[in-house]
Amino acid sequence: MTKICALPVAAVALAALVSATPARAQADMDGTWQPRYHEDQPERIPGPELKDYLGLPINDAARQFADSWDPGRIALPEEQCRVHVSPYIYRGPTNLRIWEDKQPKTQDVVAIKHYHSTYEQTRTIYMDGRPHPGPNAAHTWMGFSTGRWDGDMLIIETTHLKQGWVRRNGLPMSDQAHMTEYWVRNGDLLTQIVMLFDPVYLTEPLVKSTEFVRSPRELPAQTWLWVCDPVVEIATRDEGAVPAYLPGEHPFENEFDQRHGIPHIATRGGAATMYPEFQDVVKQAPKPAPLPPPARGATRVTGPGQQQQGR
Amino acid sequence: MLTNHALDEVDISPRRRRGKKTLVMVVAAVVTGGALAVAGRAVAQQQQNFDNVQIDTVKVRDNVYMLVGAGGNTTVFTGDEGIMVVDTQFAPLSTKILAAIRAISQQPIRYVVDTHMHGDHIGGNENISKAGRTRAGGNVVGDLGAAATSQAAIIAHENVLTRLSAPPAAGQQQVAFGLWPTETYIGKKREFLFNGEAVQIIHQPKAHTDGDSVVFFRKSDVLATGDVFTTVMYPFIDVANGGSITGEIDALNAVLDITVPSNVNEGGTMVIPGHGRLSDEQDVIEYRDMATIVRDRIKEYVKRGMTLDQVKAKKPTLDFDPRYGTDTGFWTTSMFVETIYKEMVALNPPAAAAPARGKTRTQNQKGSGE
Repeated sequence: MTKICALPVAAVALAALVSATPARAQADMDGTWQPRYHEDQPERIPGPELKDYLGLPINDAARQFADSWDPGRIALPEEQCRVHVSPYIYRGPTNLRIWEDKQPKTQDVVAIKHYHSTYEQTRTIYMDGRPHPGPNAAHTWMGFSTGRWDGDMLIIETTHLKQGWVRRNGLPMSDQAHMTEYWVRNGDLLTQIVMLFDPVYLTEPLVKSTEFVRSPRELPAQTWLWVCDPVVEIATRDEGAVPAYLPGEHPFENEFDQRHGIPHIATRGGAATMYPEFQDVVKQAPKPAPLPPPARGATRVTGPGQQQQGR
Repeated sequence: MLTNHALDEVDISPRRRRGKKTLVMVVAAVVTGGALAVAGRAVAQQQQNFDNVQIDTVKVRDNVYMLVGAGGNTTVFTGDEGIMVVDTQFAPLSTKILAAIRAISQQPIRYVVDTHMHGDHIGGNENISKAGRTRAGGNVVGDLGAAATSQAAIIAHENVLTRLSAPPAAGQQQVAFGLWPTETYIGKKREFLFNGEAVQIIHQPKAHTDGDSVVFFRKSDVLATGDVFTTVMYPFIDVANGGSITGEIDALNAVLDITVPSNVNEGGTMVIPGHGRLSDEQDVIEYRDMATIVRDRIKEYVKRGMTLDQVKAKKPTLDFDPRYGTDTGFWTTSMFVETIYKEMVALNPPAAAAPARGKTRTQNQKGSGE
């Protein structure tokens, strides 16, 4: 009986010893990293098409928000310099620099820093065990992040985010969202897995992965800059006007379906569209009519992903 | 009716030059025996149990703090000359509010500013102001004696006093005289230098109420908005007290005219909302956009001749409901929609306009470029 009990006791003691070891960085992620865009390239580089909600666990509120979305909104001076929140910014065309802030006298890692060339955003991931701020603290684009190591994997929890995008075709992420990230380095490859939780606009967590490759050399200084000076772009628009379409009356309501021949039930998104079983639903659903040719004199660019370039 | 106690307070209220009008009105009320008005919602909320309320002190700038408890947020502005307190929450919280203020500064409280008339913002006026004192001298002290300096001035827009001092509706109680502003301003704003900083108290007409003020601390770059901006609910349009959705959106745009962000739409001017968390310009933009989009939708539906039920069936707030909406309490989503509907009907009678063919955008149509 004693022998039987000895093994668990030893295991507990070993576990206690291991857990008592001070946390330290198991993987060195410092350096300059550049993203690879093989995942979801049409969304990330040319930009998502309007009404493409495929594979996103959105609710009806998010859907209506996006259905009303008019890209003219980001032409408003006060919205021209709008930043992508940390759950979204890593998927953009960004250069990423990572370094550690250390306490000078102990060399303990106080924080891991991420600098994004896009929007010149510096993100701080505290590693010193401090708590997150209270509910009345301000929210930021990057949010408030704390990290810990699980073996060689860095796990980050982020709260206090501003309202942003789940997808930049009008699908919103609320300021109530929070995020858990898992960062793993394999040689010169850095992988980020994101789990985004949004009680306002998502019915299930949104999981995304993004990969970066280590840059062998420092990049020119100007590749790290992103300067935004908002100006009035549309002189005839009334001050205070907020461009938006009436729900259900968007002029490009079915264009994405028709261009790609995808059933409407799929492009509307929702948690069900994330799962493999949904392929059976798609097979049974009616196909949309082909997109009619542009009207004479129309200037619409018809190539996939060409309509929402830029931000 | 006014009590002798109230008459005593009348003697001490007008201590500053611009406060004379207040005195005239208060005296007039006494002479006529006029009853004081009531903020009914305030009375109801005064019944709450505040024992478990904790005051959360959030540092905004070196000399500006936000106190979050129950009711509206309180702003505390400190310096060598003393303390200014913007909004005082509920009276039962005054001891806790004062303790939080004293943890920040031991300087005397010189001013209380009311952003508007609701009881969750003015409930502690009497207690907080009596914990402070006013700078006064010369014939003011000669005329009024110790009463000239025995409490901090309470500043608000004239319409706040007008509402609070109006005869109460049947069955409602009077607002205690000690909660009334002692100094009012008329016109667009009142501004003065305090603690070496320009303080601007700017009127926002017919917004949340008709007596809204936002308070801008220019050097600190902090703006206290009162309830024209919150992070917790749809804009409460108190029509009975002069509010309107049009004025509310105008007020939000006025706030955006003041705020300047620093780190690409973040930080810079910090915004202390009437309720909810510390904010900045971007947070106000999201709120302004929401209010404008909902207003524009309902406006368009009214133009099409829809009834209120038809408008509600269109769910014009669906995209914002999980964030701001509620089916319970004093300000439901349904009430928000109904209030906007009525205002849009008044502004755009259905028979006066027919929808333009093919027009589905809800914004002003002048801008066709994007």
